[in-house]
Amino acid sequence: MSPSGAVTAMGQGLQSCEVCSLVSRPAPDAKAGRCPRCGEELDFRKTASFQRSWAFLIAAAVCYIPANLLPVLTTTTATGSESDTILQGVVLLWSPTGWPLSLIVLFASIMIPSAKILALAYLLVTAQRGSAENNEQRIRMYRIIEFIGRWSMVDVFVDTFTAALIQLQPLMSVAPAPGLLFFAAVVVLTMLAVESFDPRLIWDTVRSEEVQHA
Amino acid sequence: MSRYNEKYNEPIPDLAMVACPHCDLLQRLPELPPGGSARCPRCNNELWRGRPDSLNRTFALSAAAVVLYAIANSVPMLGLTIVGRAASTTVFGGVETLWQDGQEMVAVLVLFTAVIAPALQIGIMLAVVIGAQRTRVPTWVGSLLRHHPVTRIWSMIKVMMLGVLVALVKIADYATVIPGVALFVLWVLVFLLAAIQASFDPREVWERITWTEGGAYPAIADRTAEKTL
Repeated sequence: MSPSGAVTAMGQGLQSCEVCSLVSRPAPDAKAGRCPRCGEELDFRKTASFQRSWAFLIAAAVCYIPANLLPVLTTTTATGSESDTILQGVVLLWSPTGWPLSLIVLFASIMIPSAKILALAYLLVTAQRGSAENNEQRIRMYRIIEFIGRWSMVDVFVDTFTAALIQLQPLMSVAPAPGLLFFAAVVVLTMLAVESFDPRLIWDTVRSEEVQHA
Repeated sequence: MSRYNEKYNEPIPDLAMVACPHCDLLQRLPELPPGGSARCPRCNNELWRGRPDSLNRTFALSAAAVVLYAIANSVPMLGLTIVGRAASTTVFGGVETLWQDGQEMVAVLVLFTAVIAPALQIGIMLAVVIGAQRTRVPTWVGSLLRHHPVTRIWSMIKVMMLGVLVALVKIADYATVIPGVALFVLWVLVFLLAAIQASFDPREVWERITWTEGGAYPAIADRTAEKTL
């Protein structure tokens, strides 16, 4: 039983299967076993959740810098070539008719990735310190970043199909530029970071953490 | 492999007991009326939603999705004309361009999220609901179903369609854009995938499935028999 008084599966020595949600009890001499229904490897919490989540998150934060500084698209016309970063792409899209889409790209490509990195860092720090405050807000934050993360891929698709269509050499052609790789890496790494984070850690307090590592 | 011995856990007798995946609170799922849902009292996570006629509906929607998916990937999605020149691309054409321009990694990512993951998502779902209709549900249904959440996370047709919309508006500045058949088919597919998501009840399949060949299997067989009698 956790100090908050709630009966958790871990508190009862039970493991719940992430795949088929069956609750089962490990053999007395084993720390972890397999799910008797679907065969999944079970544990009380996701394996090395903090370490993996931090690793992906730090990698994402590192890639975030070139993702925003390097150009993602190069446009070549008869008169020369020009490269645009993500932010320049947002500005270019801004027009009397295009501004709603410009806002969507701004939101998906710049605000979501940065908010996601900060929010997950906050969740990781508070969970590691065994915080028992604002649990409801923190779990809601987790659900939001889990839900919106994939929408950052929008810019990758925009650039992919812009480049695929505008291949009218020598008139005009568009090609992806190095920043796109870093931007895609940010999206994938933040998604992996959120996947590795075990939201149940939000509710575990210092005492139950000791049980886990014992 | 070293951390996990090959031992199987012992299931608890009450199969309606679950632990909330978001906060680990142990609780018993109530009987639900059709369309009703059960939420975790501690963290408000939706634990289960009763979905009427889940297997049949999911089967019909998945079969339709297979057809639409095949069309969407074989005909042009977007085209343009500019001063007498025309160009068009399929979803796969976008991947090819990225690869040729030296963006192999991004090409693989786009291929995975826009082509492979959706195919697996639809294919697995169809196979699972077909397999689950059998009287004795084979174990391969479970092996497929366990990978379904991963394909769902990485299947990004919805996101791709938003990206296509933005690209369309960008290109419309220089050229006349011609929407292809695949564009419309993909929009329908987006709604079909959402409908599959809303009609499929994984609990129903897991309850019918033949348990894995573990030590606990015979004991469980007895127990489920007792329960149904």
